[in-house]
Amino acid sequence: MSETKKTDTVAEATVPKQASAPEERDVLLKVEGLTKHFPIKKGILQRQVGAVKAVDGIDFEVRKGETLGVVGESGCGKSTMGRVITRLQDPTGGKITFEGRDITRLSTGQMRPLRRDIQMIFQDPYGSLNPRHTIGSIVSAPFRLQGVEPEGGVKKEVQRLLELVGLSPEHYNRYPHEFSGGQRQRIGIARALALKPKLVVADEPVSALDVSIQAQVVNLMDDLQEELGLTYVIIAHDLSVVRHVSDRIAVMYLGKIVELADRTSLYEAPMHPYTKALMSAVPVPDTKRRGQKSERILLRGDVPSPIAPPSGCRFHTRCWKATQICQTTEPQLVELRPGQRVACHHPENFADQAPQDTVLLSVAKKASELVPDAVASGGPTGKEPVAEEAEAAEETAAAEAAEVSEKPEAAEKPEASEKAEASEKAEASDEEPVAEKESVSEKESVSEKAEAVAAEESAAEAAASGAKTGPGAKVTVAKPAAGDDSAPEEPTASAGVAADAPAEGPGDTEAVAEESARQAGSGSQESTDK
Amino acid sequence: MTELSKTGAAVGEPTSGRQAPEAFLEVRDLKVHFPTDDGLVKSVDGLSFSLEKGRTLAIVGESGSGKSVTSQAIMGLHRLGTRGKNVRMSGEIWLDGQELVSASPDEVRKLRGREMAMIFQDPLSAMHPYYKVGDQIVEAYRVHHKVTKKVARARAIEMLDRVGIPEPAKRVDGYPHEFSGGMRQRAMIAMALVNNPELLIADEPTTALDVTVQAQILDLIRDLQKEFGSAVIMITHDLGVVAEIADDVLVMYGGRCVERGSADEVFERPQHPYTWGLLGSMPRIDRETSERLIPVKGSPPSLINVPSGCAFHPRCPYADIPKGNVTRTVRPELEQVSTGHWSACHLSAEDRERIWTEEIAPKL
Repeated sequence: MSETKKTDTVAEATVPKQASAPEERDVLLKVEGLTKHFPIKKGILQRQVGAVKAVDGIDFEVRKGETLGVVGESGCGKSTMGRVITRLQDPTGGKITFEGRDITRLSTGQMRPLRRDIQMIFQDPYGSLNPRHTIGSIVSAPFRLQGVEPEGGVKKEVQRLLELVGLSPEHYNRYPHEFSGGQRQRIGIARALALKPKLVVADEPVSALDVSIQAQVVNLMDDLQEELGLTYVIIAHDLSVVRHVSDRIAVMYLGKIVELADRTSLYEAPMHPYTKALMSAVPVPDTKRRGQKSERILLRGDVPSPIAPPSGCRFHTRCWKATQICQTTEPQLVELRPGQRVACHHPENFADQAPQDTVLLSVAKKASELVPDAVASGGPTGKEPVAEEAEAAEETAAAEAAEVSEKPEAAEKPEASEKAEASEKAEASDEEPVAEKESVSEKESVSEKAEAVAAEESAAEAAASGAKTGPGAKVTVAKPAAGDDSAPEEPTASAGVAADAPAEGPGDTEAVAEESARQAGSGSQESTDK
Repeated sequence: MTELSKTGAAVGEPTSGRQAPEAFLEVRDLKVHFPTDDGLVKSVDGLSFSLEKGRTLAIVGESGSGKSVTSQAIMGLHRLGTRGKNVRMSGEIWLDGQELVSASPDEVRKLRGREMAMIFQDPLSAMHPYYKVGDQIVEAYRVHHKVTKKVARARAIEMLDRVGIPEPAKRVDGYPHEFSGGMRQRAMIAMALVNNPELLIADEPTTALDVTVQAQILDLIRDLQKEFGSAVIMITHDLGVVAEIADDVLVMYGGRCVERGSADEVFERPQHPYTWGLLGSMPRIDRETSERLIPVKGSPPSLINVPSGCAFHPRCPYADIPKGNVTRTVRPELEQVSTGHWSACHLSAEDRERIWTEEIAPKL
């Protein structure tokens, strides 16, 4: 599927039907703030005790004639998203607009005419075909249900469809068990295409198939898109497949879209750390690359539970760049570069969005052990000098400041610790180090605004907490000077620091700093005891 | 053979007339056939390979190519219970100087779990849902070691820790359903390695896992192999995984080996059209691919009616190049194309070289 896809011709073909504004003409499906929560009920009264937040506020749009790929680990909500946008499941909140029409709350009956335009291809070619029906009856079901009488009769049309997907018309009277997996998937595709839909949502269309068959089906979907001007939403976990088929790609993590970009930008310069980690983990069929293990970013642990997703940025528990702000403030999906939307405070390959916040969380330090130095020190493709500088500044600052203050979780009650963090953050923005000021000035107004908000928030919180937490919880931030490379500032540490001092296994770059932190930690422990 | 002491007294002296091989694991002309109502299913039909300790062999192929049956044959899993009556096995499997095909089920049982162990694709169905993970590991250990439950439990905790399960002392009392997919796979690896087996067979160990977890598990297997020096057979359909972890590659098609060689050789200079097909049909993340994939046309063959001649000929785009009807009538044998690199194809070396360099390689 080439970049210059059929968008133009398709748009032309469908223009007469369009009533909406010209700038929205190209948008076939628009999703705003979509959520889907599955309630967890307990007890005799079946009272709701919680919810699985499978999809938790996502926005995107699908343009006519394009292919939007959706990737993510299992349990990130991508399949639920697919089922909600086709209205096979009802959304909990948000808005779905199809061709300018709000379809969020349509009833089953009202949806039925629309089913012609929105079709789905399912993952399991064995489970999605009724074993008691012949292929003819399966593929002709859409005609029956919609009361459509195609030109030349149903049977002829079904046979044409079978031919279209590469099956023989004689297969009309056979049963699904007589077919192989790849052939069954083709039957599913023929059924989905029967009514000439505008949008096809394909949930893992090839993951149940063998590699050689997978390629056949991918090529088939490709051809059909060109032939019929289809628009696809392809949900898959295989990043290689998604790269091959998609024009734009949305990366999901725990019910949120963390990055949405066109294929080239996403694969060449991913901005979200999760995207980067995900892509580095894909094995490449090339033995020459084996030596270059350094490129691989290993993520620690598993995806957290969607019942109680982590606060702030959901990826902060596994991210090697996570700082305090990631724990407290949720990053918004912002268009940092044209066509590349990212939800991250500290994006890769771009200027830092929260440079005043340099203190790595202890989880981040652990995670960064698994991140190769090459990646940690600025990423391989620092195309923009601005981004590189900012990142470099952030790196050194982070390395120095890392040991000084830490999440004081262990020592205090969770509530108190949050306040402590807030106060620390406030201080951080007050005593902004020189190196960081530089990068701040180079930033875009958007992020500046966001920062200002964050600073205000934290200041307010800090003020509120001041009385409760007392001086014991006060954390001092180091003042890293620009250009100062190794020797860390003598940390004037207090309670919060001592709590995390014995963090184990520091990364290589932090080894020296960590050592002195330990000394400082033991020193300050005495002060806490007093 | 140096490890004979470990396996106890008398497990299958080499039968007279057949020579015990040098290699740690050697499979010679293995055939595994299953008689069914529809006919004889020739799942594995004359397979030979060898493997040394500390090396990793990847067996690649589509579903139904016989790769899993091969591994189950080595483990002696086809001869358990009533299944034993429904299989016809011939050939030789030599593991550390012992022949397994002719050995009695008891003899094989003594080796299974101790000398050789297996990691399955789906850990949820491979582990018993009613028993705690720790108890299952303890059982695997106590079958082969006369130790108290306490010692075995300590060993189980040690192994869980080694495979990277956090809080192993606590998780040892967890049930399989309480583990996530990646954790379960780790627990199964712990179970497989609890007796320090010298041969580890991993049957699609990462297929059911996400890429990030897959990377973790592959790393783990690699590290453990280095630590224990065991031989590993990795069964997979993902050539990316193969390139990642394998020293040698064996490509199977229709129950037979069509290409075999070092991973570098097979990826750099693949010799069989089927291998080309596999490489061509894989979308790759490291390449700008707006071009179409090159699929292998048709579907995998039936193992009851394996095509005559070269089993791949109905799907092979080059089947008509060799003169006469040879691809349809004569089954090609494995021939050495370069040191340690074997391929079973009727195409002449020149033709293969030309097709690979001119037609296939540029498109990959």
